[in-house]
Amino acid sequence: MSDIAIQTSELGKEYALGLSSRGYGTLREGIVNAAKSSLGRLSRRGERPRQDTLWALRDLSLTIREGEVVGLIGHNGAGKSTLLKVLSRIVEPTTGWADVTGRAGSLLEVGTGFHPELTGRENVFLNGAILGMRRAEIRSRFDEIVAFANIERFLDTPVKRYSSGMSVRLAFAVAAHLEPEILLVDEVLAVGDAAFQRKSLAKMSEVAEEGRTVIFVSHNLAIIQALCSRGVLLEGGRAVADAPVGEAVDQYLRALERGANDDLLERSDRDGRGWKEVLVKRLEMRDSVSGRPDVIVGGRPAKIVVELSAVLPSIECQLTILNSLGNPVTTVDSLISAPSDVRDPEIGPRIECEFDTLSLVPGRYRIDVLVKARRQIQDGLQAAAFFDVEPGVVGDRPMPAVDSDGDVVLGHTWRLPS
Amino acid sequence: MNSATASPPSEGGPRLETVRLRATSGFSRVLSPRELWRYRDLALQIAARDVTVRYRQTALGAAWAVLQPIGFMVVFSLVFGRFAGISSDGLPYALFSLAALVPWTFFANALLLGSESLVSNSALVAKIYFPRIFMPAGAIAAGLVDLGVSLVILFAIVLIWGVVPPLAVLVLPVLVLIMLAAVLGVTAALSAVNVRYRDVRYVIPFAIQMWLFATPVAYPSSIIDEPLRTLSAINPMVGVVEGFRWAVLGADPQLTLIGISAASALVLLAAGLAYFDRVERSFADFV
Repeated sequence: MSDIAIQTSELGKEYALGLSSRGYGTLREGIVNAAKSSLGRLSRRGERPRQDTLWALRDLSLTIREGEVVGLIGHNGAGKSTLLKVLSRIVEPTTGWADVTGRAGSLLEVGTGFHPELTGRENVFLNGAILGMRRAEIRSRFDEIVAFANIERFLDTPVKRYSSGMSVRLAFAVAAHLEPEILLVDEVLAVGDAAFQRKSLAKMSEVAEEGRTVIFVSHNLAIIQALCSRGVLLEGGRAVADAPVGEAVDQYLRALERGANDDLLERSDRDGRGWKEVLVKRLEMRDSVSGRPDVIVGGRPAKIVVELSAVLPSIECQLTILNSLGNPVTTVDSLISAPSDVRDPEIGPRIECEFDTLSLVPGRYRIDVLVKARRQIQDGLQAAAFFDVEPGVVGDRPMPAVDSDGDVVLGHTWRLPS
Repeated sequence: MNSATASPPSEGGPRLETVRLRATSGFSRVLSPRELWRYRDLALQIAARDVTVRYRQTALGAAWAVLQPIGFMVVFSLVFGRFAGISSDGLPYALFSLAALVPWTFFANALLLGSESLVSNSALVAKIYFPRIFMPAGAIAAGLVDLGVSLVILFAIVLIWGVVPPLAVLVLPVLVLIMLAAVLGVTAALSAVNVRYRDVRYVIPFAIQMWLFATPVAYPSSIIDEPLRTLSAINPMVGVVEGFRWAVLGADPQLTLIGISAASALVLLAAGLAYFDRVERSFADFV
């Protein structure tokens, strides 16, 4: 029987909301607040001053055995990153406890410890130490790290002269060669070019197969399903599912669909950096001709309609279509404009995006949306809507069956020997 | 957060340590020798980084460590020594001020860089765990290299001037320790406040100027009347500066002042670390 690597019991983390939690308060505000609260305490004895708080984690009890590879899934703000932060000791839990057995190394953010003035070589040692490696350990793996990052020639060049791709590769190489008993990974595979991503992914599964304990956070359900055996679904800081990864992912997808069916204004898992002058009220994929929503015949014209709560000048919109595993299929962005784009004063609080032919393979897709105005992200929702694509015709050719490889169909013509 | 307990020995495999993470209160981490020892490699790397980066891409490099006190010495000699005619207890004014400027420059730079250290490394603080005290302590330790360089120059100038340092030169390490205790205490507290209130950034340069005038760098403490003179040694730099003059130039030993300053430095150290420890837990939330 394997030993327990991580055990948490009724783990909770509370954050204070509001300006003071942003940290940039000034001393004057601090003094005024302190005076206010002590005055308040005098007048209302015993009653604690009310403050807006948020429980990012709540009553979380988990047991993770040595060698398990666990994927954390959930909406934005469900508590995934907070749990990693608690386990990597960056923040203290407010309630409960977590027992961590062995060294826990985190790949929370690749390359945070890099100093631009230092050379690649110096940064490898600094970054290794930051990630918890002993000096001797780094020295023994130094050549491997440098070879993985493929930067031998630039070892003695300051990192500030590196291309961004080079520094990301070096940073990931250091992190990937770290050998803690427990590895905490947060969305780091979205770095570098495609070839490097494949290499990184291969490295990650190698780590998982070595019998190391890994906790993995990603929005990419395909990667989660490929790497993890167990999935924990978090919602509002609580674990709502803890099951084999397939089941947990299914449950997450069902939760996403429920969210898409509800009134979008009621959702709290929004991206918006606090601006929110415009919110997405409703989003729909429609057949352009019949106007029928949510079920589209592949190969026909279709449009996405976004209804907003208000209109702002120079509003922009980005839409991403993702397949059922959470892999992005395509992204369209109104910031990349074409002469045929129209700004219509009569359209009201809505945005429409027309596709000449929706050449997607039959299956279920979802749409993520970001609305920008005044150079800020005003609102963002993942899985704002779902739609099904039914088999259709692209050009004159019938579409392949549901379980074909890939997500798109391109119009094409063959030339074959007779 | 680190009430560590050894796990029961597992069959065959190496024994791994189990750390229990929970809300803590009181002294826990800053003064935990176990934690500091565990992260010793990181402490060295941070200090080494601060040393390497300090003069990279500068034309004069470590010469800056020396130019700063010497520049002040020239100005002080003209303004205070010559024009204002301030007494220097019978010593050549240039040497009198330089012996004080060398420790003072270390102190001022350590304060300036150390109090910014947590904020300028906010990416690390927000994303990675390590004993946070390494940030201000690393900045201070990096300054020790400068102090070493400028001490060598100080002794060279003193010898060229024809002054032979007395036997009291052996107290110099003690004086440096007093200074380190004081600067670590003050810097720990200020760097922690800086995480929460960025006002500190604006207060520090101003406070350093004030502190310079409150310290007998340009003047001897003998021009202050008792009991104010003894009282002034609550400023730990008073004892350090007077001690340096005694150790390097053979000025009259001011043992009372040094004693008071040493006690005051220890109090500052304890208070600064206590405050740092209390607020350390929330750094990641605020930085």
